[in-house]
Amino acid sequence: MLRAIDLENTVDRRLLTNARGEYAILSRQDFALLEEGRLDGSHARYHDLLALGMIERPGRGGQGLERAALDTRKAFALEGPSLHIFVVTLRCDHACGYCQVSRAAVDASGFDMHWGDALAAIDRVFEAPAQALTVEFQGGEPALRFDLVMAIVLEIERRNAVEGRAIRFSMVSTLHHLDEDALAFCADHQIHLSTSIDGSAALHERQRPNPTKDSFARSVVSLTRARAILGHEGVAALPTLTRAAMANPRAVIDVYRDLGFGSIFLRPISPYGFALKTRRAIGYPMADFVAFYSQALDYLLDLNRQGQPMVETYASILLRHILTPFGSGYVDLRSPAGAGLGVLVYNYDGQVYPADEARMAAQTGDRRFALGSVHEPFAKLMASPAMRWLSTGAVAEALPGCGTCAFVPFCGADPVYHAAAQGDPVGDRATSEFCVKHKGLFQILFGHLAGGDPETLKTLTAWAFNRHRQEVVDAGHIAQ
Amino acid sequence: MTLGLALHTHAKVSGVSGVRILKVVDDDEQAELGLSAHWRARPIAGGLVAGNGEEIVLGDLRDPTVVAPGDVIRVREGSSLVSVVWRRAARTNALFTTERCNSLCLMCSQPPRDGNDDWRVAELLQTIDLIDRDEVQLGVTGGEPTLLGDGLSRVLARCGEVLPETHLHVLTNGRTFRDPAAAADWRRAGGDRTTWAVPLYADVPDIHDAVVAAPGAFDETLDGLYELARLGARVEIRVVLHAMTIPRLPQLAAYIYRRLPFVEHIALMGLEPMGLAKGNRDRLWIDPVDYQAELRSAVHHLANRGMTVSIYNLPLCVLPRSLWPFARQSISEWKNRYPDECVPCVVKDHCAGFFASAGPAWRSRAVRPLQFEELSDGLA
Repeated sequence: MLRAIDLENTVDRRLLTNARGEYAILSRQDFALLEEGRLDGSHARYHDLLALGMIERPGRGGQGLERAALDTRKAFALEGPSLHIFVVTLRCDHACGYCQVSRAAVDASGFDMHWGDALAAIDRVFEAPAQALTVEFQGGEPALRFDLVMAIVLEIERRNAVEGRAIRFSMVSTLHHLDEDALAFCADHQIHLSTSIDGSAALHERQRPNPTKDSFARSVVSLTRARAILGHEGVAALPTLTRAAMANPRAVIDVYRDLGFGSIFLRPISPYGFALKTRRAIGYPMADFVAFYSQALDYLLDLNRQGQPMVETYASILLRHILTPFGSGYVDLRSPAGAGLGVLVYNYDGQVYPADEARMAAQTGDRRFALGSVHEPFAKLMASPAMRWLSTGAVAEALPGCGTCAFVPFCGADPVYHAAAQGDPVGDRATSEFCVKHKGLFQILFGHLAGGDPETLKTLTAWAFNRHRQEVVDAGHIAQ
Repeated sequence: MTLGLALHTHAKVSGVSGVRILKVVDDDEQAELGLSAHWRARPIAGGLVAGNGEEIVLGDLRDPTVVAPGDVIRVREGSSLVSVVWRRAARTNALFTTERCNSLCLMCSQPPRDGNDDWRVAELLQTIDLIDRDEVQLGVTGGEPTLLGDGLSRVLARCGEVLPETHLHVLTNGRTFRDPAAAADWRRAGGDRTTWAVPLYADVPDIHDAVVAAPGAFDETLDGLYELARLGARVEIRVVLHAMTIPRLPQLAAYIYRRLPFVEHIALMGLEPMGLAKGNRDRLWIDPVDYQAELRSAVHHLANRGMTVSIYNLPLCVLPRSLWPFARQSISEWKNRYPDECVPCVVKDHCAGFFASAGPAWRSRAVRPLQFEELSDGLA
């Protein structure tokens, strides 16, 4: 099945995609010829479209390879959950406006994970069939229970001596509470750290207040300490972009450059986890984010052109979806959706959720998102009413609005978002912010791919294939 | 050094009945090896003697340098021809399996001939037994080797038994692998030490089929490649660069990454002006210096994507500097040559050079000796 869409950031170009995620960029005129069956062997684009399988020819060979290409792209579907998130505590000493429901006061009791629940969660991790696993520690602030983090890591490593999986650890933390011993443990056990930097010191401290009112300065000091022990690449950061950040896309990027980061992950603020009143203060329509993103990307492309390499991580994920024949390791954007099928979240209270966003929705009192107790076996969690409910919106190709969208091979389904924001996992694409965001971003990226600027293509190639910018001596981009 | 050294010479041959495959072993090595007299040829002044009673005499070798200790040779009753079928000092050796082929490529350097040549299997099995045990790599070529059918399986299996450490590199057009049962047999016989090198000349059927002069070949090759992938075989894709393959070379590179991401190596090869290529010069010739934009796109497209890609048979002086890291010294020594004008070139020792068969009609206008001064600029 072929799907087509006009590329808004080009002159008269139309994108054509097939189920395997192969694409062609055609003029509207050529597209019309193709649709009418009048694009024949004498046409300059005939061979291109034939090679992509977009023009049928009877009795053709290579159909085994075509099936294999589709299987390769969707291979993740059979691997089961590969990302396992442990919420070791809900307590945190920050009081961020966009995180009211997924934190508890630093001295509150009853918000830490019990060891018995942690052991059961480790059983669930190894029940998942995936060979490559990521175990992520989250909160709250997981460093407040670093003792628990260490115990879980050691127990997983002990079990893995027999299991032989490829396991990667990561932790989302402010870094403030990680002393040298804790960092040394992270280095010894290859725990990758991810932290939050929201922008300038003033903006960061306004959005992420801590008791001593010095959260930015502390983050900078902690970052230096962590890099000294884990190496420069051992810590990544990402901003939570509120309305205050929208006005100046360069500002947040410059903060990341000053702090020596080689990448930034530009994400809009998530619609869950804070009250409506707060949303009015810090939220924004998704179209504003798309405009912000476009300007931010232009700035990053300029920097790269000038020999100051910096990666936008979400673009690199989307470009990987567009430019490679492989499935995504990224559980938040794929079809079938990552919810439950790619991710399991073990909450501090022993409940299992299919996504971090599901846990946040549940914190507001919506019980439909819990898969069950961590003491239930994997098969039972997968057969839970929550999974059945969410799976109705898990296959993008079958969703109204997505099924005919030319971007769908590179996009994904997000039933948790649609259930939380719109009340139904299937969702309504016409009013979906998820859809506004992804259509907008794909339009921007395909605009650059169609534009054909050699320096831009070098940068996008470096991002997609995880290469240093200067390593890409020629983009080797082949217009198709 | 065996550069330009022929694989055949003539001698006064006597005492041979039928065909004999022999290994040249001097007395020192024989003391170590203890090879049966039936298989051994002993060097003497101006020739060789062999056989249980040394009844076989190869006297007055026309070019005595062609045959050296360690080599495996073939002689035939009633013929003066002495052929080296395996050369110890060569960088590369190949087992020649058959002259038959189901394609008729316009640039074929070894034009096929029909006729039953199943007799080759027995000779190959004898040859394999006489190859040095530490041989690193052995080519298997033709014709189309798979037309030997089960004979190919026997040849590959014998290599596995007596040369288990030797990497085998089989040149096949892949078409016959579309039969899953046959593919599984060859794959099993070849094991993991075998790479199947399959030519693909375009991403669309009409161009590929025109190049190999066999309608339907493109579809058959794709289905063969699918079977090879399914069987977990190691696959190399080979593309010969000429006027018919260059226009879609970048798109072919994209196709290989998209549909054949499992291949372990892609070889982009300059044309060998031998055999049928000579008669088809009008359809095939393009000066390599005129296709560097296409070659550059294809190579970097694949390399950026983590694919291993090599350029064969092209001298460095026609390649842009960014492609030098991909250029290999790929021409078999016996047909490799560096013309006199290359003598002062400072990168000659790293250059593929030329096919001995390349006359002036096949010479790029860009060929010239390079000097240090021009290397210093543009070096990153």
